[in-house]
Amino acid sequence: MTLLDVTRLSLKIGCYPVLKDVSFHIEPGEIVAVTGESGSGKSMTALAVMQLLPEQAEAKGYITLDGTQLLDQSEAQMCALRGQSIGMVFQEPMTALNPVKTIGAQVMETILIHKAMPRGQAEARAREVLERVGLPEDRFPLSRYPHELSGGQRQRVVIAMAIALRPKLLIADEPTTALDVTTQAQILELLKDLVQDTGMGLLIITHDLAVVADLADRIVVMRHGEVVETGGTRQLLRNMRHPYTRMLFAASSHRVALPEPPAPAPLLEVRNAVRDYKTPRKSLFAKPGRFRAVKDVSFTLNRGERLGLVGESGCGKSTLTRAILGLEPLQGGEILLGGEVVTTHLKPAVRRKLQVVFQDPYGSFNPRHRVERLITEPFHMLPDPPVGAARRDLIAETLTAVGLKPEDAGKYIHQFSGGQRQRIAIARALITRPELIIFDEAVSALDVSVRARILDLLAELCAAYSLTYLFISHDLSVVRTITDRCLVMRQGEIVEQGETEEVFSNPQHPYTRQLIAAAPVLPDLDQGAA
Amino acid sequence: MLRYALKRLLSLILSLAVASLVIFLVVEVAPGDPASFMLGVNAQADTVAALKAELGLDQSKTARYLSWVAGMLGGDFGTSYTYRTPVAGMIADRMWVSLPLAFYALTLSTLIAFPAGIYAAARRGKAGDMAVMGATQLGVAVPNFWFAMMLVLIFAINLRWFGAGGFPGWEAGIWAGLHALTLPAIALALPQAAILTRVMRSALLDILDEDFMRTARAKGLTRRQALWRHGVRNALIPVLTIIGLQFSFLLAGAIIIEQVFYLPGLGRLVFQAISARDLIVVESVVMLLVFAVITVNFLVDLAYALVDPRLRSRA
Repeated sequence: MTLLDVTRLSLKIGCYPVLKDVSFHIEPGEIVAVTGESGSGKSMTALAVMQLLPEQAEAKGYITLDGTQLLDQSEAQMCALRGQSIGMVFQEPMTALNPVKTIGAQVMETILIHKAMPRGQAEARAREVLERVGLPEDRFPLSRYPHELSGGQRQRVVIAMAIALRPKLLIADEPTTALDVTTQAQILELLKDLVQDTGMGLLIITHDLAVVADLADRIVVMRHGEVVETGGTRQLLRNMRHPYTRMLFAASSHRVALPEPPAPAPLLEVRNAVRDYKTPRKSLFAKPGRFRAVKDVSFTLNRGERLGLVGESGCGKSTLTRAILGLEPLQGGEILLGGEVVTTHLKPAVRRKLQVVFQDPYGSFNPRHRVERLITEPFHMLPDPPVGAARRDLIAETLTAVGLKPEDAGKYIHQFSGGQRQRIAIARALITRPELIIFDEAVSALDVSVRARILDLLAELCAAYSLTYLFISHDLSVVRTITDRCLVMRQGEIVEQGETEEVFSNPQHPYTRQLIAAAPVLPDLDQGAA
Repeated sequence: MLRYALKRLLSLILSLAVASLVIFLVVEVAPGDPASFMLGVNAQADTVAALKAELGLDQSKTARYLSWVAGMLGGDFGTSYTYRTPVAGMIADRMWVSLPLAFYALTLSTLIAFPAGIYAAARRGKAGDMAVMGATQLGVAVPNFWFAMMLVLIFAINLRWFGAGGFPGWEAGIWAGLHALTLPAIALALPQAAILTRVMRSALLDILDEDFMRTARAKGLTRRQALWRHGVRNALIPVLTIIGLQFSFLLAGAIIIEQVFYLPGLGRLVFQAISARDLIVVESVVMLLVFAVITVNFLVDLAYALVDPRLRSRA
């Protein structure tokens, strides 16, 4: 018997249609992945099954769980089902747990709220289920608080809460998006094991097609609130019928062709850089402790070269970036840009050689300024910034270079999509013709199709302006295509560096191997068979 | 936890030492010589000098500061310049009115604000929320002495349930004392309750948007269960901060209410002492209030740590 059957589910929030005639089903012991880009309605589908929709939402159609029509259930009946028959895991493990309650209390709450068993037994079950998700009692007693655990460990607690009553269906909404690749691999492995052991159905929502291909038995591809294609993973990968599906998979493994870098001539030299942070004092009169975030890092970035920097969160890549930008002082070693020392009091002449593009295309612009003003912000560092017609021409030229129109200069930032905003951020970095641009996770927040176009743009700009950049990312597949050389950073140290292709195809350091092994990859798609 | 408490205690002692020095210096540099003020404008120079010697005003500033601090530590706050009675006794009498009044008012305001704030947050944007918000708007806007006068008019003059003012003293019995303090406590509590309700509501609304509230709902908790089990405790941190500030205010800031109800409290004592240039009383009362404020902050810090385990382990 089908475990979950969603038939012609439509959803409106206020007067906006969010889902249109969504249909799919899950069998017991089956993993079904719902995928699509942001705004496709995949999370809303999950929330509709949980009946945890926003207040103004109005759902029509049928959601049947084990013969029970969920849309007909009262709120009280739904409360009895949630946690008992359906468990749910969310994206952000750092905030998904109550910070003032112990993990034991939070896992036990699932059991106690459904009055499934007496307190003593519930405690034993909590222990058992935490052990099952990889948090054994001796190292992770029930009395631990969430802040004492890492992101991956917290996600395990959330999973323990969701499976404590052995639900028939587990819904996981982007369960690994906020985690590092190695942690992601472990959590996905855990989910797969749980499905195998317990025979529950798993509905996983993710934008990451590599994860989908790796994990799911069946795939549901969504776009603008509609299911465009669904099928068994293997068949679907072999034979994509809908052009959108094909586009999505092609964009995920998008490769660009970079022009050959010129002969090596050093632009940025980092020599034995050391960056320490003070940690809070242990007592009022003790010396503050020290945390070494960057340990004796050295590398050279040549003119016209594209250098990648990969590593997991907390490895020190952001700290290193801030030091290169002259935003933080070094405690040892030095950073030279074009032969001049980078300090926290940079001379404008040195400062204007550097520009940066950040991850968040929404947060990095002042919403009250027009694009014209936003992208000319770096002009204040120029000795004689262009004025009048020269200024207008430069704005028009730069906007055209990043694939926008000169007329866009008069618009405000909220009038653009995420991808367009990132183009504007690149225009802002480009307009003063800096010698070095730093891309700090610049494509991480973008949908795959948008990301593919931004990567194309970067490749074009490399050819047109012979850019030199440092590309920082946790996404190995992106670094692999967009850089010539790359550095692998771990716990403040560069553990491996070399030609990008060489590092990826023949990694020397065990950590690099571990990273590459953990990253899910799309199988080679034989589009000719389609 | 113990470590955290000891650290807070150390910072409490340091704050008190600094505060005593500042209070002493500020009061000393204030214009007006108590001796000549007490003797009037026509006093002979040698009479003034003799009085200064008697009051100890001819000693060096350091000596006077040290003897003041040493005296306070031993419970001796000196002798009032105007009343010629020990300051400690005067303050103690007034404390027995002001401290219970402050606690009474704070209890009332908390008892009103917690349910009202939680109720409003649970019904965000609905009629109940709007009614509560409207009432708090009124509570914040209307001064407490107006409430005081209305209370006297209704409950003392018309209904005759309470006296219009005065305090019989605790010798008359606990109930008589509390009875006399009820109207002033209500008048003090209403504006404070209005502020606290708003803080409670907005703190709780912030918490309701947190991811862990959604997690709680996904476990099968009802909206109400999630609010009580996961929301309220997390919302307590900003609320505790405000309660701490309010207590300090209620202790010394009740001067107008004390005036309206003719209560012999600290506020009136300090007011009279300032007008009479009775420096030693002013210094002592201010020091006492500082002590109260710092102690309350210390207690609030401890309460934070009880509420939030993250603060416990950071210490």
